[in-house]
Amino acid sequence: MSRLGYLGIAIAVIFILAALLAPIIASHDPTAQDLLLRYASPSAQHWFGTDALGRDVFSRVIYGARISLEVGVSVVVVSAVIGIIVGSLAGFYGGFVDKFLSGYVFNVILAFPGLLLAIALVAFLGAGEGKLILALCVIGWVGYARVMRGQVLKIREYDYVQAARAIGAGNLRILVTHILPNAIQPLIVQASLGMAGAVLSEASLSFLGLGIPPPAPSWGTMIEEARQFYTVTPHVLFFPGAAVALTVLAFNFIGDGLREYLDPKQRAR
Amino acid sequence: MKYKLLSFARQLALMLLVIWTVVSLVTFLIEIVPGDPATVILGETATQEQLDNFRHKHGLDKPAFFISYSSDEGLKWNGGDNRYADYWIGLLHGDLGTSMRTDRPVRDMIFERYPYTIELAFAAMLVAIGIAIPLGVVAGSRKNSWIDNFASVVALLGISLPTFVIGPFLVYIFAVKLGWFSPTGSLYPEDIVLPAVTLGAALSAILTRMIRSSVIEELGEDYVRTARAKGMSERVVLFKHVLKNGLIPVVTILGLQLGVLLAGAIITEKIFNWQGLGLLLLDDGIEKRDYRLVQGCVLVISVTYILANSVTDFVYRKLDPRIRLS
Repeated sequence: MSRLGYLGIAIAVIFILAALLAPIIASHDPTAQDLLLRYASPSAQHWFGTDALGRDVFSRVIYGARISLEVGVSVVVVSAVIGIIVGSLAGFYGGFVDKFLSGYVFNVILAFPGLLLAIALVAFLGAGEGKLILALCVIGWVGYARVMRGQVLKIREYDYVQAARAIGAGNLRILVTHILPNAIQPLIVQASLGMAGAVLSEASLSFLGLGIPPPAPSWGTMIEEARQFYTVTPHVLFFPGAAVALTVLAFNFIGDGLREYLDPKQRAR
Repeated sequence: MKYKLLSFARQLALMLLVIWTVVSLVTFLIEIVPGDPATVILGETATQEQLDNFRHKHGLDKPAFFISYSSDEGLKWNGGDNRYADYWIGLLHGDLGTSMRTDRPVRDMIFERYPYTIELAFAAMLVAIGIAIPLGVVAGSRKNSWIDNFASVVALLGISLPTFVIGPFLVYIFAVKLGWFSPTGSLYPEDIVLPAVTLGAALSAILTRMIRSSVIEELGEDYVRTARAKGMSERVVLFKHVLKNGLIPVVTILGLQLGVLLAGAIITEKIFNWQGLGLLLLDDGIEKRDYRLVQGCVLVISVTYILANSVTDFVYRKLDPRIRLS
């Protein structure tokens, strides 16, 4: 894999560790206020300084990783499961099912600007982590379904699948034991890019006030709150901003790196 | 010819189907929002008469769809006099309904703000092209030089930095520290610069990468060797021959990205308080729970997006016969 791919993995590991070990790493309670210490600059006591309510920015950024990871993993897992099932149905059965799914359903969802659909869904459903995840899954599953459909269409013609069918394997068995393992690689690439997309979308929606409501330390919410005074105290905006950017970058690197690695044609270049 | 017409008809049918789905989906979402819009808008203190008037004016006393379901009555056919049908009839007459808050036609509210968003999207596109063409050409023609690496880093930053990080960062440097622009608003002509750069950053990164690889590919073609053999200067080869061919894929991306820019403008407008459609949707629609307005904004943005994509697709097919065949 490319050097950038490894860099991505390194950053992602730090991000995941920060999320899992947040109570140990964080130096303060992420929601504890200290109104006497508002907008303090970074110091030994508060590594990233404090925000408008005197909360420790470092601890909030660390706990923010937890929210991003929760949302990201939930969105990726749910979208992937739905996408794999729907994509398999479309690719395996073909005919009318495929025409309806890939010709109509996929196109409709892709024809919609993703962020706008998420905004509309969250606006109507209301804010909150569960609803945010639901909204992102509604957009997200199509990517997996398309990948899966393409893989199924390709792999089901292979000789070993025909052989399995000849010795009497059923559809489900062929799908699960023969096609899925061979389709897994592009799905992992899709999952990695999907993770980047989910983290970014969560931050974007929270930034617009439509995601995770305060006082939860979502990176997007932190950036939105920091916006009022960042001209005077830029650190309050810088750290959560850098956290979003690095995390998104890391998962994009991993996705690109894996894609190149798995595709010999691109590797040769 | 027959095949062409058929393919055009299919394209058109799909587009109409998508638009129908968008309208239906948004209407459905509005209907499942808990709470009664009349009490939400008029408040708890409104009299029964006021509530009834409001409901009648906005069609809230009619059933929502052709079919409704309740636990005691089961599925019930409501006939043609319902809100969904009314909305479609209005839509076909170019009427997007009346705002529940301001009592103004939603169409007027949207078209007051729409030009700002279009202006921003095109400005962003200009910024992106202005950065990407020189950077991409130079990077591609001097592969692996320091300027190529520099271009890669710029492109990487542009792609990975979210708009809500780039925007405030630019404001901090160019508005607060240097004082060249105002931090927010759309009062003066130069106020568009920072929002346009913010919105165009990601696109410029994508374009730079594309132009770079396009230039590298074209430089390996036979016609470049011929041109050089004829004694043409490197600059003429690069700008007159290579760039012309290398730009074909870029044109498509631009078309597809116009839709992305229009939709993505929502965040940029929020950062800079730019009075476009996105801000109308967020501040007047969602924030004030004016669902007719939300419906109209979502519809107009989606339809623009779909149209931009369809037109691009059509133009691209016309430009490149290889795609038409496949």
